[in-house]
Amino acid sequence: MRTTTFIQAINEALKEEMRRDESVFLIGEDVGRYGGLFRVTRNLFEEFGEDRVIDTPISEQGFMGMATGAAIVGMRPIVELMYMDFFLVCADQIFNQAAKMHYMTGGLVNVPMVIRGQHGGGKRYGSQHSQCVESAFAQWPGIKVLAPSTPYDAKGLLVSAIRDNNPVVFIEHKMLYFTRGELPEAGEELIVPIGKADVKREGKDLTLVSFSYTLLEALEAAEELQAEYGIDVEVVDLRSIVPLDTETIYTSVEKTGRLLAVHESQSNCGIGSEIVARIYEEAPHLLKAPARRLGMAPASLPVSQKLEEELLPWKKNIKAAVLEMLQPVAA
Amino acid sequence: MPISVEADILSSRADTVIEPAVLSNETLTKMYRDMVLIRRVEESLLELAESGKIGGAMHTAIGHEGTAVGMAAALQPDDYLTCTYRGHHHSLARGMDPKRAIAEVLGKADGFAKGKGGSMHFLDPSLGLMGANGIVGAQVPHAAGMALASKIRGEGRIAITFFGDGALYQGVMHETFNMSQRWLLPIIFYCENNRYSEMTPIGRTSSVRDIYMFARAYGMHSLQIDANDVEVVYAAVTQAAERARAGDGPTFIEGITYRLAGHMAGDLETYRSPDEIEAQRAHEPLVVLQRRLLDRGADEKTLAEIRAEVEAEVAEAVEFAQNSPWPHPAETYTDVFAL
Repeated sequence: MRTTTFIQAINEALKEEMRRDESVFLIGEDVGRYGGLFRVTRNLFEEFGEDRVIDTPISEQGFMGMATGAAIVGMRPIVELMYMDFFLVCADQIFNQAAKMHYMTGGLVNVPMVIRGQHGGGKRYGSQHSQCVESAFAQWPGIKVLAPSTPYDAKGLLVSAIRDNNPVVFIEHKMLYFTRGELPEAGEELIVPIGKADVKREGKDLTLVSFSYTLLEALEAAEELQAEYGIDVEVVDLRSIVPLDTETIYTSVEKTGRLLAVHESQSNCGIGSEIVARIYEEAPHLLKAPARRLGMAPASLPVSQKLEEELLPWKKNIKAAVLEMLQPVAA
Repeated sequence: MPISVEADILSSRADTVIEPAVLSNETLTKMYRDMVLIRRVEESLLELAESGKIGGAMHTAIGHEGTAVGMAAALQPDDYLTCTYRGHHHSLARGMDPKRAIAEVLGKADGFAKGKGGSMHFLDPSLGLMGANGIVGAQVPHAAGMALASKIRGEGRIAITFFGDGALYQGVMHETFNMSQRWLLPIIFYCENNRYSEMTPIGRTSSVRDIYMFARAYGMHSLQIDANDVEVVYAAVTQAAERARAGDGPTFIEGITYRLAGHMAGDLETYRSPDEIEAQRAHEPLVVLQRRLLDRGADEKTLAEIRAEVEAEVAEAVEFAQNSPWPHPAETYTDVFAL
């Protein structure tokens, strides 16, 4: 094992899949000669040429639609949205077209494509470049939604996404790009299956479910809670939002009896709401105390560092939420 | 007060004139049969809609038959095609079985998509029919993506995409024109200008009189043709396909035609007068082709036999579709995700 950045892991997955399968190609704004705004696609233009690493004009609807069309006839396009917020510009092509094509053709057509890009706050990009987007995609049947938190999962899940025969939204996070983690040697095949959550920290007092960058904040919170209060939090990384691995969540709650779902996006109508609702419907007997959600308050992310910090439901808020749920244990 | 469209909007600009093909009587007779078949299927579907057997929105292409049949004859059977929700005629012209087409519109198990797609989503990948679309303009970048795929794979297939005059005012069209021309993709953009964007004559909302001029802004080869003349359509699509296959990039064809039926089944058509429609009947594709065949020595008896044969074929297809079972309820939950 070696350690690499999150960016390097994604770049390797793209490169290795493009070498393996000629039908894989990249398309998006500045993905070619420049190597992507965040340098995720660097050096790929040089290796694969302009036919397979395509710089587009700023026309999200147009190139998302072209990728959909190419996928319908058997290519495996990977579309980069420079900021995930821009999915709204091409929403028809994603939601009405790519997502529904397999269903409304009675299965005659597949749309094997990946839509990838970074979302989230923490870098003061303001309201139109910081939104977390996973719950919007999760409402639409026909789209798989992935949001890894480590280089290992990022590489392995992206390989699975590229080989999947459906539209897969692969959500990166701008705060994750320069984080580092262990990764097998380049060229060594790494596959992380879609739809499997992963226990990133074992614990016995409470199950904390999260994903994407917030998962790292949750892990830090868990370490501090252990050191400061002796509270032992189990941290489950969803990795895959759709399909959702409730089995791993329930197995964990069976042990801890407590569930807290945390994400950066709004609490209201978020994935946390879904997880909490599901446990009450499917396995309420596992809970020793009410399950809870923690997410952002309903406001757009402001630019000011102080205001952004106020809004993001990160380590400080996570610790407070866990302490509230475990008052008796902490005391 | 209905605002009538101009009787004749064909441009007289010399740079758009195209020499019609002169096809053999045998070919034209086959085309006549295909056009009569499309007309009869559409009329039968309207009858079924009137009797309450078809839900939702159904858009027929009565008056557009010359476009579909001229195109089908000019292209290879595996060239990619996408089209609008007014897309029954393209599919039938490319060989879709009327039985499965009508069954699909009725939502029956024998429909090509098991009744899940219906009238607005005609397709059959085995015939190169890669999807009609319910959203105006959305199918156009799909075809460009297919042309891109063909170019990357070097497979020599081209793409054609059909859209109405109303689609030109969607932003995605212009994004696609720009990229397709910049990358010289093997694609034909075919605008079926039937004078109405749903219920509104294009003159009321467009700042551009001649739609084919839009494409000129992107440096694209473009022309305007009389799409009620199947030999003109055939010639224009043949030339555009040759350009695409030679690597010369896209062609934009504005085919002037006229929608003889409403925008959709049940359209009140308050926006035009019966006189306007009647005037257009003298120049509709079936009338034009029948007149030409007779002028070139075909015999009216043969044409009457064709009409009777098609009548029986379509009646049989309607019966087949009506007798087709409903899809099994379990089908509701299949095909959400591909394996």
